[in-house]
Amino acid sequence: MSRAARIILRPQPSHITESLPMAKAGAPASQDRSAKMAALLGLVMAAALLLGGCGEPPWNNPYPEHQAGENILYGAFTERPKHLDPVRSYSSNEYSFIAQIYEPPLQYHFLKRPYTLVPLTAEAVPEPTHLDAEGNLLPPGADPSRIAVTEYLIRIQPGILYQPHPAFAIDAEGTYRYHDLSPERVARLNKLSDLPEAGTRELTAEDYVYQIKRLAAPWLHSPIAGLMGEHILGFKDYSKRLEEAAPQPVNGERPFFDLRQLDFPGVEVVDRYSYKVRIQGRYPQFVYWLAMPFFAPMPWEAEALTNQAGMAENNITLDWYPVGTGPFMLTENNPNLRMVLARNPNFHGEAYPSEGMPGDREAGLLDDAGKPLPFIDRAVYSLEKESIPYWNKFLQGYYDTSGISSDAFDQAVKFDAAGEAGLTADMQAKGIQLSTAVQTSIWYMGFNMEDDVVGGDSERARLLRRAISIAVDFGEFISIFANGRGVQGQGPLPPGIFGHREGEAGINPYVFDWAHGRPQRKPVEEARALLAQAGYRDGRDPATGRPLSIYYEAMDAGPDGKARLHWMRQQFAKLGVELIVRATDYNRFQPKMREGTGPVSMWGWNADYPDPENFFFLLYGPNRKIDGGENAANYSNPELDRLFEEMKNMPDGPERQAVIDRMTEIVRRDAPWSFGFYPESFSLHHQWIGNVKPNLMANNTLKYISLEPGIREEMRAAWNPPVLWPIGAIVAVLAVGALPAIVIARRRERSAAL
Amino acid sequence: MSAYIIRRLLYAIPILIGVNLITFVLFFVVNSPDDMARMQLGDKRVTEEAVQAWKADHGYDRPLLFNSQAQGLAALTDTIFFQKSVKLFAFNFGTSDSGRDIGYDIRQRMWPSLAIALPVLLVGLAINISYALMIVFFRATYIDVGSVVLLVAMMSISGLFYIISGQFLIGKLFHLVPISGYDTGLEAAKFLILPVIVGVVGGIGTGTRLYRTFFLEEINRDYVRTARAKGLRERVVLFRHVLKNALIPILTGVVAVLPLLFMGALITESFFGIPGLGSYTIDAINRQDFAIVRAMVFLGSVLYILGLILTDISYTMVDPRVRLA
Repeated sequence: MSRAARIILRPQPSHITESLPMAKAGAPASQDRSAKMAALLGLVMAAALLLGGCGEPPWNNPYPEHQAGENILYGAFTERPKHLDPVRSYSSNEYSFIAQIYEPPLQYHFLKRPYTLVPLTAEAVPEPTHLDAEGNLLPPGADPSRIAVTEYLIRIQPGILYQPHPAFAIDAEGTYRYHDLSPERVARLNKLSDLPEAGTRELTAEDYVYQIKRLAAPWLHSPIAGLMGEHILGFKDYSKRLEEAAPQPVNGERPFFDLRQLDFPGVEVVDRYSYKVRIQGRYPQFVYWLAMPFFAPMPWEAEALTNQAGMAENNITLDWYPVGTGPFMLTENNPNLRMVLARNPNFHGEAYPSEGMPGDREAGLLDDAGKPLPFIDRAVYSLEKESIPYWNKFLQGYYDTSGISSDAFDQAVKFDAAGEAGLTADMQAKGIQLSTAVQTSIWYMGFNMEDDVVGGDSERARLLRRAISIAVDFGEFISIFANGRGVQGQGPLPPGIFGHREGEAGINPYVFDWAHGRPQRKPVEEARALLAQAGYRDGRDPATGRPLSIYYEAMDAGPDGKARLHWMRQQFAKLGVELIVRATDYNRFQPKMREGTGPVSMWGWNADYPDPENFFFLLYGPNRKIDGGENAANYSNPELDRLFEEMKNMPDGPERQAVIDRMTEIVRRDAPWSFGFYPESFSLHHQWIGNVKPNLMANNTLKYISLEPGIREEMRAAWNPPVLWPIGAIVAVLAVGALPAIVIARRRERSAAL
Repeated sequence: MSAYIIRRLLYAIPILIGVNLITFVLFFVVNSPDDMARMQLGDKRVTEEAVQAWKADHGYDRPLLFNSQAQGLAALTDTIFFQKSVKLFAFNFGTSDSGRDIGYDIRQRMWPSLAIALPVLLVGLAINISYALMIVFFRATYIDVGSVVLLVAMMSISGLFYIISGQFLIGKLFHLVPISGYDTGLEAAKFLILPVIVGVVGGIGTGTRLYRTFFLEEINRDYVRTARAKGLRERVVLFRHVLKNALIPILTGVVAVLPLLFMGALITESFFGIPGLGSYTIDAINRQDFAIVRAMVFLGSVLYILGLILTDISYTMVDPRVRLA
């Protein structure tokens, strides 16, 4: 009862006294017994119905029975994708869906390493042509200073069709069926399938150009708009023109604005199947962007449909309903429960690769060479936020693939004496297979070069940074906090990126020695000696005579981070240096980095594309974080900057390797980073899954996967027989436990009233 | 009673403004509009211009609570707080920061929440009341003592333990139901069995102990003595008379939580993969989607107030001596 209520108690006899009918209290015993029997019968019937409703075993199958034996891949996602519009999507969990639907002109070869670009919808990987300031064609090998514009001519294959979609539906007169819906009709729409008719049309070069124009549309907030503004000719100016020309939003929704009516010099439709992209100066890495969904085609009809007034309010947007030419289309988008990709009936066809790397044939990865893709009919992804149910359902055979959480790691993986990862006996008995790959990522400890103590170009600071780099043992970190899933970093380039060197030639000689065929971190005594040379004998600051204090900015504010932070303090304590941790969340961490207030911090980078430029730009002077770039250490070295400018425009080859070696030596010597580690991904898949080869660059690998549903059905049935005895046991325990109660109850019933 | 209800509804307005203000302050103490923009735009290659453009597009480019640049009333109205709050009072939740219609999402997601909460409430009530009556029936015996010990132990165990144990035993070891997941229509039934069992078992400790107290309070009343003096059997006294009178606090307590059944259970929904409003709220907090967090807190407050009003009304219905004025 709330305080606001005032209660008035009226003197009134309790209704209780009115409800003591003696006759009812003394009901016949036979009536009581028959009521008990009826209740018991009801219970038995309810139990029978419940068990009957469970259908054929296995009862714990989370999928409908009619899907048994179908060619469906079952997976899970742990976080709902934020964006499915290729203009905005920029994270791996989003790419795992849209990369199966949208087709940019290029893709990465599934099997070849190092990662190699091959055509997807394009006829060939485009070669750049260079123009001078007057627009004259320059010959190959021309003086780079004369290059004003680089032009890419992309020719796409004819005959490629879009998936069936209402945006393409036309009536008998050739008018688009749903492009001019009445407000009343729009108000009744809840999902795209409420528009029953669908059509298709051929993919054209115009669609690729349309998407590049969308990247510039300020209202679409593309994350790469800033970057492309620096490279694509006239992109920034086009963005401003669009802002002025496009109609303003009405009730929060921007009406359809046909981008075809406004051109800019950076992109040009040459003919139905060809288009050009013009780059200011040179940017050889641009070709890698052509393999990302940002550069996938977008038909104008899709925007014309979804940008009608009221559509966004009814959640019908391109961010929710993708439309592409790829092997799959999204037939169910309920990211709170399940996302389903189904085979696109209009897919243009593609064959499984016929070439691979040595060992691929033996591994069975070329058994399907030349066969038409995709191999599966559908992929059902369920939302599984918690790792425990995810793992258990994988073990039951209800997910075909799985990662390995820390909780389940020891159950799944063991390391042999040589440090090689393998599966435990339990996993092997189930026929589960392990795939590992060192990621094209790096976790590094960055020293802020603007800091008075650890930063700067002085020999003192350099020695201090090197000493810390030796003392902080990332091998131990990998072992304790990553279950051994990682490789200690020797430089900014992880394996798989051109320029990375393996073996003795690839070690960081300032931090490691080569011993017993592997890199071995230098002893901590050497770090102490370096510290003494830097003027901090026994880790003491000569100015104060007290231990040197260094602040560490950490994004590990949660309870899980305590152990990591404690470990980090211990590493610095080896040198007698006091590490003062300023732990915060990622939100607070980012502005600190942008302002350059943290002396030491840890951060990571995941490659956009397999080119050394995508890592060295993190150490490029003009790209400093405090100036708005991604160089979190705020490192600037004129020689490195000059070499970077040279290297980024070079083709892969011995000359480029030599420049990279020189750059690597500079950053090892200056030590703006302690090259923490390159994470290693471990994934598991069941025996009925085929064509699994980790490809950390390609996102459209679903089409290569094959499966054998028959084996899966057998295994599921064998692994999940219903166990019924616990139900019987519970009933028995309750019955036995009830006996003394019944005895006491009877005794009480017979006893005199209190 | 009408005057009372109208007065209570008017009282609700300052309460809701206060709740909204506290939610706003707490949210923006932890997150800034810049953080929200970066969360939506991603971590990589996001320029300051993009952040500012996102804020302008989503109405987060104004001052938080007070606009010192504006004159008169606009100093208060041309703020994020006012602009984002005023529509809530018309139950117009607007769109989430990622562009989805919040009202539509709530309407979709309240059903899975209800599909768990309602059976848990009804089955839980039946079991807890029956068990509490049984304990009272066997009061001062080893059954009473043993049950109280068991109930205290059950109360002391974390809800998470019941969830993980339930999934491990019933889903993993015995293979009787799916460990997690959800589906629509009749297919949903097999996914609801386990969370309902877990919800009921997890609530037995607290519920039964509470109801036992209610029943023990009643058992020493005069009418019970009268009933026994008339020669009624103990079972009849308990189930016909004590139960009826003790139902008043039980039912009014239940009425208070009825509207909140729509709000879902945060951890249960997350672990069982139920796409209800609990997981909707958790996701929004993790994604720093203020629009959803604000809407869900507002809705929760409204439902709570509604629950309290219904409780007061239900008092008058089950106990004619009570009058609301």
